[in-house]
Amino acid sequence: MSRRPSNDVVRADAPRTDAAATSGVAGGAAQPGVTLRRRPSVTAVVWLAVVWVLLWGDLTIANVLAGLMVALAVAWFLPLPRVPFAGRPSGFGLVRLFGRLAGDIVVASVHVAAVALRFGHEPRGGVLRVRLRSRSDLYLTLTADLCSLVPGSIIVEAHRATGTLYVHTLDLSGPGAVEHARTVVLDQEARVLYALASDEEIAAAGLPPRRFGGPSRARGGAAVASRAVPDQGAPGSGRSGSSSGSSAVSGAGDRGTRSRRRDEGGDAR
Amino acid sequence: MIAEGSILDTVLHVLAAVLFLAGSFLAMVAGLGIARFPDLLARMHAATKPQVLGLGMLLTGLALEIRTGVVIWTLVLVLLFQLITAPVSAHMVGRAGYRTGRVRDDLLVVDELTDDLAAVRRTEHVTDIDDADDAMVQALADTEKRGSDA
Repeated sequence: MSRRPSNDVVRADAPRTDAAATSGVAGGAAQPGVTLRRRPSVTAVVWLAVVWVLLWGDLTIANVLAGLMVALAVAWFLPLPRVPFAGRPSGFGLVRLFGRLAGDIVVASVHVAAVALRFGHEPRGGVLRVRLRSRSDLYLTLTADLCSLVPGSIIVEAHRATGTLYVHTLDLSGPGAVEHARTVVLDQEARVLYALASDEEIAAAGLPPRRFGGPSRARGGAAVASRAVPDQGAPGSGRSGSSSGSSAVSGAGDRGTRSRRRDEGGDAR
Repeated sequence: MIAEGSILDTVLHVLAAVLFLAGSFLAMVAGLGIARFPDLLARMHAATKPQVLGLGMLLTGLALEIRTGVVIWTLVLVLLFQLITAPVSAHMVGRAGYRTGRVRDDLLVVDELTDDLAAVRRTEHVTDIDDADDAMVQALADTEKRGSDA
């Protein structure tokens, strides 16, 4: 059981902070504030009314009206903080996100069941620090939620100011399991972004542009996340966590984070 | 309405039976995992996860057996709330375990959260990381700096 020093791997996501900070959209979205809604949100009211009707079980005018009244009362008397959302949902992206999630849940359930049934083998887990690339509370929360839904990983702590998730993984005994566990979280985040985020937010996170709800073919989402590891070791990426700083070092001052990552990915190959 | 005793009816019954058995098996494995896994965090995996798929299978089986709209919608709602709440409960128990020192460090291959919390406590005398956002940011920056200097 080696306790691996893995700071270097974490640093791979470091440019995210600066890249996002320079983008007004994503930077603004990271500050939801604590102000409560004055007016009830339409989405919340509709959702609560739908739940009410589903609980009663039949769709009648009386049920819908009662549901709307209860929903309005709940939204009015128990206001929640505003959730800033500046994204652009993508149908293909949502299909990909949930399709992959369903597949992951099945595969990982079988895996966890196998670990539980394997007598004489004690799973060796670990808690990993994963710094996400986006800067939005909403995407942080969704990524954490979906990661927790998939068996084998639980988010034990989320740190909002740095966009960091601490994920507990059940079994880290295999070779490369630590890196793989990190990649899984980053890929999940990429899928969330491709499903919901705007093009600006995707670019600010340093991901390739979206096409049909996924990364454009040239560089896959999984490839980007896993390539982030060789990325930062590549010559010219420098020490600084700032993407603009390091692209200046590599003599490509006018290139953005995205193109820089792609170039280095090509070199590392 | 599917006629009683028709072929489709039989197929659905068999399918439902298979789903019931598979769902029950996952529930059993979950119980086994809770009993067998060594520490709190590992047990949380067993307690929350096979359950999600197991419950989904049981509910699908129920829907195939009962086949009335009202019940099916209720089942959808049950599954939906399970999906929404399972991560939250897992997260809260895991987090509480961490904060009260119930996590057995000797069983973990890596534990970067404890490392970071220790770094935060070194820089400032804080016991709760919610009070120490700045310290955490600083500690992470330091960790990154050390990593790159090395």
